[in-house]
Amino acid sequence: MPPVGDRNKQKKVIILFMPLTKEEVQHIATLARLELTAEEMEHYRGQLSAILDHVARLQQLDTQDVPPMSAVFSEEGHLRADESHPSLPPEKILGNTPHKADGQFKIPPVFEK
Amino acid sequence: MITDLTLLEAASALREGEISSRELTRACLDRLIALEPELHAFLHIAEESALRQADSADQKLIEARRSGQSAPPVLGIPLAVKDVLAVEGLPCTCGSRILEGFVPPFTATAVKRLQEAGMIIVGKTNTDEFAMGSSTENSAYGVTHNPWDKSRVPGGSSGGSATAVAARDVPAALGTDTGGSVRQPASFCGVTGLKPTYGRVSRYGLIAYGSSLDCCGVLARSAADAAAVFSVMQGRDLLDATSQDVPAAAVALENGGNLRGVRIGVPKEYFIKGIQPAVEGKVRAAIGVLQSLGAEIREVSLPHTGYALPVYYLIAPAEASANLARYDGIRFGPRVEGGHLWDVFYKTRGAKFGDEVTRRIMLGTYALSAGYYEAYYGQAQKVRTLIRRDFEQVFTQVDAVACPVAPTTAFPIGAHGDDPLAMYLEDVFTLPANLAGVPGLSFPVGFDAGGLPVGMQLMGKPFGEEKLFRMAHAYQQATDWHTRAPNL
Repeated sequence: MPPVGDRNKQKKVIILFMPLTKEEVQHIATLARLELTAEEMEHYRGQLSAILDHVARLQQLDTQDVPPMSAVFSEEGHLRADESHPSLPPEKILGNTPHKADGQFKIPPVFEK
Repeated sequence: MITDLTLLEAASALREGEISSRELTRACLDRLIALEPELHAFLHIAEESALRQADSADQKLIEARRSGQSAPPVLGIPLAVKDVLAVEGLPCTCGSRILEGFVPPFTATAVKRLQEAGMIIVGKTNTDEFAMGSSTENSAYGVTHNPWDKSRVPGGSSGGSATAVAARDVPAALGTDTGGSVRQPASFCGVTGLKPTYGRVSRYGLIAYGSSLDCCGVLARSAADAAAVFSVMQGRDLLDATSQDVPAAAVALENGGNLRGVRIGVPKEYFIKGIQPAVEGKVRAAIGVLQSLGAEIREVSLPHTGYALPVYYLIAPAEASANLARYDGIRFGPRVEGGHLWDVFYKTRGAKFGDEVTRRIMLGTYALSAGYYEAYYGQAQKVRTLIRRDFEQVFTQVDAVACPVAPTTAFPIGAHGDDPLAMYLEDVFTLPANLAGVPGLSFPVGFDAGGLPVGMQLMGKPFGEEKLFRMAHAYQQATDWHTRAPNL
């Protein structure tokens, strides 16, 4: 089992253990652009709370002097020359939707009248 | 039966003109079509185009024989491709309703290289939706059945590919591995599966799940067969900035090789409570075989192993929530109509993403949201550094580590029901390799009392795939577990 941290760190863990509220789940769903029913919200509220409870154990580790690993390898020296290459033709790009007109994707209105 | 030939046996028969690629491809298609009702390994079968490619391979084989030139060993060999890899002209769903009907206008680099070397794409294999799962039960198009026991899962997410290889539908298949999705199904189905070093194989055309973790791998009936496919698909690709420029050493696996001078570590954190006794027993016996072949065995420690699960289940969902933002019903896939553009987004995504994908998008969105970013995602990235350092430290002492692939053999369909955490625990031994970016090779080392395959995993240094293949090949020369076939 992972080592248990000091009192302060434990306190931090307890804060994160708090189950998500209905409002928080609604907020996440809105951020993620997901329309969910009330039952689905409740279903995910319970499951996400359990998963967050499990991952909260990471707070027990002291990582003050540890740099974050944001990529496996540095991308330095791996960029190609800045030259133009042909892209896929528009008719191929538009080939996967019936919603198109004049060589463009067709969408419902974005601005209110 | 012609479908019983291994990839290298078939390659030799093709070269000598004893069989044609059309005969072999036809036999594979007949077998996989006949087995499909019981196994459901495939989401799309590409019969016509496969036979066309086979005829063209036969022309090249005749040409090679006539001119005396050597042909690539994969020329004319049928291949199944996991349905998260784009193949131009073939439907690609990622096991999701949100990509129903999508036909990609491009081909993944790994697939393209194999096609150019003459491999025949016979179809697209079933997967957990967007490769999120460990059982293939999360596919929107039905579960795949384990060929060793059809009431059990084949593992996942590359369960369709593992099943297709184990059932002798095809000599080899492509899979992808973000947290164990090649290695764990290979273990559950008794086949050999490689997750390469991150960046060794291009991710172009691999539909993104967790971009800092995703790898395109291969499943086959032996290390030698997998190596033949891997050596063609690996290498730098200008279309993937994270692909690495590594000298493309041809994988030469000499027969009768021993393992003298090879140091293999046994990490104590991988032999924990909860692991099935049969799994531990077979893996320890296999380590004994490696020792008898000359390898030096040492106990080692990867102390942060226990943190891999929480780190993975923050980083992978966070990356997934960003990657899956592109599915909005506008450019591809079905659209659920709404009055305003935003309604299209909410309705399409709400209706078409399955349960596990929705859960991970929400988890990742939360972990990246204002106020929680540092505590969750930021901390996970730091602990990921610690996990990688564990491997760097261990690889100063040994050439590879040997451990179980999964704590259990294949579990019954439905066993984890509605308990996502229990399913996530299936991945405890495979997640660390993805987090550290190191290669992992899974291969069969025996069977449990119920006749289900047990797999062992060797993890190696970055870009050390050849060494892993050599170790597994030596093991497979000394044993015959990898030659066992399910009764179908």
